[in-house]
Amino acid sequence: SEHSMHPWSLQLSIPNNLEEMEDKVTSPEKAEEAKLKARYPHLGQKPGGSDFLRKRLQKGQKYFDSGDYNMAKAKMKNKQLPAAAPDKTEVTGDHIPTPQDLPQRKPSLVASKLAG
Amino acid sequence: MIPGIGTLTQDTLWCFSQVKGTIEIGTTEADIISTVEFNHTGELLATGDKGGRVVIFQREQESKNQVHRRGEYNVYSTFQSHEPEFDYLKSLEIEEKINKIRWLPQQNAAYFLLSTNDKTVKLWKVSERDKRPEGYNLKDEEGRLRDPATITTLRVPVLRPMDLMVEATPRRVFANAHTYHINSISVNSDYETYMSADDLRINLWNFEITNQSFNIVDIKPANMEELTEVITAAEFHPHHCNTFVYSSSKGTIRLCDMRASALCDRHTKFFEEPEDPSNRSFFSEIISSISDVKFSHSGRYIMTRDYLTVKVWDLNMENRPIETYQVHDYLRSKLCSLYENDCIFDKFECVWNGSDSVIMTGSYNNFFRMFDRNTKRDVTLEASRENSKPRAILKPRKVCVGGKRRKDEISVDSLDFSKKILHTAWHPSENIIAVAATNNLYIFQDKVN
Repeated sequence: SEHSMHPWSLQLSIPNNLEEMEDKVTSPEKAEEAKLKARYPHLGQKPGGSDFLRKRLQKGQKYFDSGDYNMAKAKMKNKQLPAAAPDKTEVTGDHIPTPQDLPQRKPSLVASKLAG
Repeated sequence: MIPGIGTLTQDTLWCFSQVKGTIEIGTTEADIISTVEFNHTGELLATGDKGGRVVIFQREQESKNQVHRRGEYNVYSTFQSHEPEFDYLKSLEIEEKINKIRWLPQQNAAYFLLSTNDKTVKLWKVSERDKRPEGYNLKDEEGRLRDPATITTLRVPVLRPMDLMVEATPRRVFANAHTYHINSISVNSDYETYMSADDLRINLWNFEITNQSFNIVDIKPANMEELTEVITAAEFHPHHCNTFVYSSSKGTIRLCDMRASALCDRHTKFFEEPEDPSNRSFFSEIISSISDVKFSHSGRYIMTRDYLTVKVWDLNMENRPIETYQVHDYLRSKLCSLYENDCIFDKFECVWNGSDSVIMTGSYNNFFRMFDRNTKRDVTLEASRENSKPRAILKPRKVCVGGKRRKDEISVDSLDFSKKILHTAWHPSENIIAVAATNNLYIFQDKVN
């Protein structure tokens, strides 16, 4: 899931204490939460505003942008940036795009099959 | 059975009527239907798809010869509404997918509809041409100019009948007013204005003016780090042209009155159901996000859809809904996987029937659900090619949660989550429904005796 890398970090009470989690595993929802936390231990711990909401606002196919490219290169000098995960379909300003990341051309427009 | 007065007693049987679209393995993404809407009389049914195309179906006149067959919907017009665009400033592609279609009430012979993608709303005029002028003086029948020297007499061109042609022309383009993605459009009851809503702002337009719009809601925080909720849907009241509602990703609805102030950031009413804090989980806010909000035809109620339920609210009671219907509660124990495959973010719509007595919404596995508000009965039906013989009665479906699965039940783990019914529509006065199943459009009607 592309969302697994972007924690939903609003005002939630995600129990960090394992015993607390086990006590609360009664409702199916809490059981599912425990499962998720077990798979992605860093979920919900990132501080700051809602990454998820911001990501939603930026939805859309991102193409190569020379400005982003140069900014990313400049950042690389200061700290180690994560490389793009192989399944990541989104190219953002934090990541240096490669030809493999760029999306395919759209096919040409034809008539709807509902009208056929 | 009185048309429009729908009740889900055992007497109501839904039958297959028609299916549009092709059967293919591996759907072309452009063919995925993204919106379905009847016009105000139910004579026309419009669909929009991911490829930016609109197809309009028209109900054929019922003939006296075939009393057992109610009017079928046939293709009336199809056109390319939106095309893919590119935002050069942000290096982002703007999808041509039609997010919503809304019809204007008919005021003359032509039909008008609004269609929108993420950024641009367009007003389309759909009109018929069944006559053409013949007998021009200066050009011949093929349109070629005649040599003026050969013209010796004058004649008056006459209109002669021709084969019916339906033309769609874009009459207005309302562009460049939304930084974020448009999720809703709603025609006002004054028929002069409409609103368009994106994640953070709502704009009010006059149909005649394309280079200006009024911003009526703005929830963008000064610092985007403080963003906690987005607008998910918005609609005008069906009768009061000053009133509208908008829903949020936090499961709340705000009702605003445009008479109160120009910028309606302060709501007149705030609808929120109290939550038990001990029940809160990681998923609580995600599944409470409202994906659709619809006024009842009467204007007394609003219906909201979140991931697992449909709720009916009385406008006079803000502190809780008056009715809550479980759409597919068995998914509560699957939320982890639904989060991982992103299905938890699917945006289901919901609709009222003409008399506001039955509500309908979609689910997975091409199932859709109807809830009768009076009898409290509900039914699960399926849109499937296997039940597509003419007038075949749809058999109610059942999802098995526990251990023992009956023969005709389906277990939760066998549900196909790629078959989602997100968009449905109900005829304004009759029991005819349109259900979009990925790239196919199903039309069902209640049984005619």
